[in-house]
Amino acid sequence: MRKIWIMLLCAIAATGILSAATAGAAVELNMYYPVAVGGPITNVIDGMIADFESANPDIHVKAVYAGNYDDTRIKALSALKANQPVQLSVLFSIDLYELMDQDVIVPFDEIAVSPEDRQWLSSFYPALMENSLAKGKIWGVPFQRSTIVMYYNKDAFKEAGLDPSKPPSTWQEMTEAARKLTQRDASGNIIRWGVSIPSTGYAYWMFQALCIENGLELMNKDGNQTRFDSPAVIEALQFWRDLGAKDKVMPEGTIDWGTLRQKFVEGATAMMWHTTGNLTAVREGSKFDFGVTMLPANKHRGSPTGGGNFYIFKNTSQAERQAALKFIKFMTSPELTARWSMATGYVATSPAAYKTAALEKYVTDFPAAAVARDQFQYSVAELSVHENARVKKILDDAVQSVLTGAATPKAAMESAQQQADRVLKPYRP
Amino acid sequence: MSIYSKLQEHNALWVYAWLLLMPATLLMAAFTHFPILGSIFLSFFSTARSGRPSRFVGMGNYSTMLNDPVFWLALRNNCIYALGTIPVSVCLALLMAVWVNGKPAGRIVVRTAYFTPTILPMIAVSNIWLFFYTPQIGILDKICRLFGLPGHSWLGSPDTVLACLMALAVWKDAGFFMIFYLAALQGIPPELEEAAAIEGSGRWYFFRRVTLPLLMPTTLFVVVNATINSFKLVDHIFILTKGGPDNTSSLLLYYIYEVAFSFWDTAYAATLTVALLVILGGMAVLQFVYIEKRVHYR
Repeated sequence: MRKIWIMLLCAIAATGILSAATAGAAVELNMYYPVAVGGPITNVIDGMIADFESANPDIHVKAVYAGNYDDTRIKALSALKANQPVQLSVLFSIDLYELMDQDVIVPFDEIAVSPEDRQWLSSFYPALMENSLAKGKIWGVPFQRSTIVMYYNKDAFKEAGLDPSKPPSTWQEMTEAARKLTQRDASGNIIRWGVSIPSTGYAYWMFQALCIENGLELMNKDGNQTRFDSPAVIEALQFWRDLGAKDKVMPEGTIDWGTLRQKFVEGATAMMWHTTGNLTAVREGSKFDFGVTMLPANKHRGSPTGGGNFYIFKNTSQAERQAALKFIKFMTSPELTARWSMATGYVATSPAAYKTAALEKYVTDFPAAAVARDQFQYSVAELSVHENARVKKILDDAVQSVLTGAATPKAAMESAQQQADRVLKPYRP
Repeated sequence: MSIYSKLQEHNALWVYAWLLLMPATLLMAAFTHFPILGSIFLSFFSTARSGRPSRFVGMGNYSTMLNDPVFWLALRNNCIYALGTIPVSVCLALLMAVWVNGKPAGRIVVRTAYFTPTILPMIAVSNIWLFFYTPQIGILDKICRLFGLPGHSWLGSPDTVLACLMALAVWKDAGFFMIFYLAALQGIPPELEEAAAIEGSGRWYFFRRVTLPLLMPTTLFVVVNATINSFKLVDHIFILTKGGPDNTSSLLLYYIYEVAFSFWDTAYAATLTVALLVILGGMAVLQFVYIEKRVHYR
């Protein structure tokens, strides 16, 4: 069945090539991109692309929304393996090693060669470039990037007798605040939970935040070693489990990533951990006053960065690479970055964007928009190793097995480490 | 003289037969038999990674599979899923068909209502059901609250997640199967009922001894389809759970997809595919051998 689809897609792609050839010198760029947050994101992207095309009539960009990050990687790689023309894509920043293993991307150092280009490459926040660097080269350019922030319902804070201008800054404070914020009806059923940390889709990401806050990074720099079974990791997972099982301030079982925002804006949870990329959607959806703060600390504060980078694929002509570069430079220019950040809540990827008049004013009126950026000083690279999809899944499963009460943190993480070792062994010297 | 009679004259009707069969045979070979052989072939090799080319591993992938707890979990889930969805959706389909085959008031509306879930795309429907199942703000939890019951994390708990997927599948499939039963019911000649009435048989007796046996060919068709669906239809998993929490809602085909396209371990995915083929083939044989005996085609 899948083969039929691939054949059909090839046929469609072939007609695409033919029509491109007849159109003359115009360069056609195809890209896939993911959406992981709420709001009319595809409209925003289409609008940005339309502006690019009117400024560059000789380049056509066809951007295809392809699902979440995993779906998009799968679609892009399938297209590449089927020899469909895909020149660039926005993919998970952490897919870097996987994309290198599959040998499908080119480093930007080979394409962006002029002094002006070099300067552009060095214009991004260093924290966001960490997931782009490997083997001394730059492989990805930050686009829809985020850190995890804590959203909290100020009205609920007031109702519970908490100071809405002082959100919890440590794990202990968060648990205590959550206890006060958890609200039950007359028969003892929960109306509002204190805090929710989502555990589907990107469970490993949330978990990485907890581990960083507990003083440990989950992997080494070479992406071939994980530390899933270290005591700090097990302790962090125990804390997460306890929020639901012992403290009863968070729903037990797993919490869905996609619907959590809706639960927050309907007042069903007083605090939530989520990507800053959801900020605009939360702002537009909530009828109450809400605040955004950095994630609370245990040993220290911390959040992994997250989100998607632009990649350029290897199987492209020089003309296509230059056109792709032009497009990416346009999309990451300070003005467009500011526009994108305001439309979504994703962090603007360069300091220059925060100096644009529009974003400067926006941040003054709405300070929540700068929290994720300010958190950069505590942030570290997101979990990125060889065979990332598989290792991530091992970690996701372990976290979920603990949150659903099927395994103890120690047993789950020791088993996860063994499995990860087996996968990563061939990548160790 | 037509080609047909010319062929007949030369006693070469078999050429004619083969010509008729050829398009279907070629398509089947290209898109079914060849991929099956390809999967079997692939399953004896390792997946190539950069710096590690593919090599022959014999039964290596199969022993990996037998030691893979996720495979066994997905298989177990799939069996529960099949046992939970097939009888329920088939019985429900029959019940609905009998009900709308009578002359209830507004039966056009009822028929349409029953059939609607079938024509909606699974992905769209799953997105709607995702919000039904959302704790606290979803309709399910709101109903629970009306009766003073505590909320529940329907998709987030291993105890309920598979049942949630099954409910959606039954809702989606039952209307589709109803159409087949309805068509079959309308094909039963009314004289039979009149004759039975004269003989003095009750309605239940008539249903059990006349209607049901006459519906057996349809039942066979529907059961085969329901079985295939329970192994083939995994669209809703992508939206609702992604196989989680901790693989408790992963079905075989979803796991194959994950291994093939998320992990890019094509060789192991081929191995899992062969396992799925063996299971489905075995069940098809079983169904045709056993149920066939009880089916009276007219």
